[in-house]
Amino acid sequence: MTIKIVETVFEPFQEIHAFQMQLALNGKFGATSIFIGTMRDFNEGDQVHAMTLEHYEGMTQKQLEKIIEIAKDKWTILEALIVHRIGDILPSEPIVLIAIWSAHRADAFDACQYIMEELKSNAPFWKRETLNSNQTRWVVKNTDSSANQK
Amino acid sequence: MIIITLRYFASLREQIGRSQETLTLTDSITVLDVWQKVHQTPLPDNTLIAVNMEYVERMHYICDGDEVAFFPPVTGG
Repeated sequence: MTIKIVETVFEPFQEIHAFQMQLALNGKFGATSIFIGTMRDFNEGDQVHAMTLEHYEGMTQKQLEKIIEIAKDKWTILEALIVHRIGDILPSEPIVLIAIWSAHRADAFDACQYIMEELKSNAPFWKRETLNSNQTRWVVKNTDSSANQK
Repeated sequence: MIIITLRYFASLREQIGRSQETLTLTDSITVLDVWQKVHQTPLPDNTLIAVNMEYVERMHYICDGDEVAFFPPVTGG
């Protein structure tokens, strides 16, 4: 299980490839589920040209580790990779990557979605947007998802 | 003697005008009382609280050496 908080732009598919290459899982996994969150250039009806992501160093890692541990109790997961950006971000750049390796697709799909929703609710990151007008504002809430209330 | 560190993040940090401070107390009090003692205003409804990087409820009692963080709802991902 690996958690990376990175300050510069990352390439999600390279991260997945590099991580998978170093796993001793050949022949063991039958499913890999991936979520990539990317910065949009619009939000709440406004054009957004940049974003800054702040986090609570230490607590972020602790919360993400806890989320992965809970997911491991719920589903059979072989490996998990989380990469999350902090700092200044531009539209089209990836913000978050979650990749889950498991023997079967149901575990991979469900664990990936669970981890993403829990990250959205509990990992201490905060976004501040810069609009095209150069006004800045904090994002006050994430878009709703009831996935983890199922 | 109880000495704790207070930390503030994101919009709350900007409203307060500082990112951290130290508080010395004679007795253990709740994190809600910590806020009211320092800021003399009600804790904003949606504020999240963590002690030593774990989420706690408002009636959680602090211990010497605790790091108590107040912050708005999280918006990562």
